[in-house]
Amino acid sequence: MSRSLSPLIALFALAVLYALPAIAPRAMVQDLFGILTLLVLAMNWNLLAGFAGLVSVGQQAFVGIGAYAMFAAIILMGLDPLVGVVIGGIAAAVFAVPMAFFAFRLNGAYFAIGTWVVADIARLAISQWKALGGGTGTSLPKGTAKEMAFVDGIKEMLDVSTAAAADALTYWLMLSLAVAMLVASYIFLRSRMGLGLQAIRDNENAARSVGVDPLKLKAAVFLLTAFATGLCGALAFIQITRVTPDAAFSVIDWTAFVIFITVIGGIGTLPGPIVGVVVFYALQRALADYGTIYLIVLGCLGIAVMLFARRGLWGLFTDRTGIDPLPLRHRPPRVAKPSHSA
Amino acid sequence: MMLIDTLAQGMLLGGLYALFAAGLSLVFGIMRLVNLAHGDLIILAAYLILTVATVTGLHPFVAVLIAAPLMFGFGWLLQTHLLNRVLGNDILPPLLVTFGLSVVIQNGLLSTFTADSQKLTAGSIEAASVDLGVVTLGVMPVLTFGSAVLVIFLLNQLFYRTALGRAFRATSDDAVTAQLMGIRPQRVFAMATGIAMVVATIAALYLGTRANFDPSIGPARLLYAFEAVIIGGLGSLWGTLAGGIVIGLAQAIGASINPEWQILSGHIAFVLVLLIRPRGLFPRAND
Repeated sequence: MSRSLSPLIALFALAVLYALPAIAPRAMVQDLFGILTLLVLAMNWNLLAGFAGLVSVGQQAFVGIGAYAMFAAIILMGLDPLVGVVIGGIAAAVFAVPMAFFAFRLNGAYFAIGTWVVADIARLAISQWKALGGGTGTSLPKGTAKEMAFVDGIKEMLDVSTAAAADALTYWLMLSLAVAMLVASYIFLRSRMGLGLQAIRDNENAARSVGVDPLKLKAAVFLLTAFATGLCGALAFIQITRVTPDAAFSVIDWTAFVIFITVIGGIGTLPGPIVGVVVFYALQRALADYGTIYLIVLGCLGIAVMLFARRGLWGLFTDRTGIDPLPLRHRPPRVAKPSHSA
Repeated sequence: MMLIDTLAQGMLLGGLYALFAAGLSLVFGIMRLVNLAHGDLIILAAYLILTVATVTGLHPFVAVLIAAPLMFGFGWLLQTHLLNRVLGNDILPPLLVTFGLSVVIQNGLLSTFTADSQKLTAGSIEAASVDLGVVTLGVMPVLTFGSAVLVIFLLNQLFYRTALGRAFRATSDDAVTAQLMGIRPQRVFAMATGIAMVVATIAALYLGTRANFDPSIGPARLLYAFEAVIIGGLGSLWGTLAGGIVIGLAQAIGASINPEWQILSGHIAFVLVLLIRPRGLFPRAND
């Protein structure tokens, strides 16, 4: 029963999410935009760490480069912000090539700190870019959001202010990015390449012996997630409207939160980041008044999950109930002969 | 003249980075654990020295004698109660647990000691200097460098001349066979982390007396330490000292051209060394 019902529930939830800017207050749309940003980042990090075994602590490099490329496209080249977002994604993917060339030399655990160093290099180098404000950063020119493509149309359609229309547009784009990430991850992981990736994760030598090329697959995942992370970073900073090297390359905002979300929700499972982002948001709401306590709780939760339930809340749920709406397992072909019953 | 001065300062700074790195190198060498909280543990030790010195009124160099055994105990408990549970073939759990630990320590310190920067006051020795004719060096940097050499010498003696060191090497080579010979790897690991924390406390003493510190600066120290370990080559403690000196020299040279380039120059030196010699300057271990 649950199999036929869950797609319907998912479609309904999606319809509500898309309709939200028309029915909900603007503050809620902005809140959800923030959550969706973290969700997209978490899905990307989950693909890297949970499926490709690449534990990166340098994802803030792609967010920052995406954001700065978008600002450069608007301020220095006078392009539309939406074109800037695409340029942000491409810039992040281009940066990922030398970064991969370097970081892939570091084995296993050292890859984590290696990516962190590269992200720090990117932050320090961008701080020297005087045309975009150097270390103190810069803001989007006034009225940039108003002149964005489609904003006028949305304004008339929803009958709202220009600023709210711009919020709705970025929200829809982020929501679509999240949906596209989920669908693309599912198709990718169910594909031949995805199967190879999970084979590498389970036993690299065995996977190589049947012709899977770990380096090629891992590099492909690294570049693709860099592109999506760059898009997400650029989009996020259209709404923030101001960029500084410290904010755009913040390891806490763009990587630590994302790691905890994925770990708590369930690393190496597709719905894990969705579950994690819900828990994260609830915690944030509950502990908003306690400042740093909130991060301590998050860190302790992450440690507890790694100690007691390595596949997170979603892993616990599927183990207990046997329900898994997005199964990644491939069923073996049926054998014609009936097997012995025990 | 300027150049010699810069090089001397850079080399002495490298001593501090070698102290940051020695504990990381030791723990990785024995249990293949990459501790992402290492930088924050150094800062924790600095606050511990500060607290002991403030409460008892002792000089930081004496307070460290109380702080070091406490940090040893903390490291021991950390290993036996937390890290031993996640060690294994999968690299993910130890990485994520130590990353979580890093965030917990940082914010724990932030809520206890606030974000104000602190300093360990060591008195007149801070400003003292020795004139070597060619260059004039601060006593503190010279002391830091000397301590780094001494710490690495003692760790090497421990490794190659004592029964404990033999247990370290045996467990590092093959934990299962070591167990057959009556060594308990879990205890060996706890001992190693304890010793790493003692070294971290010594590093914290010099970090805190030379410059200001606050709860947020741990991750940057982790990056310098990591760079020193990788440049030196995994498994070689003297290599770690050389790696620290390379980072220190690069930072000093970068800073003398433009103060904003100090950290960036260190990172770039690290990338260059790794591109030319992927296994570091003095590699020993194969991983």
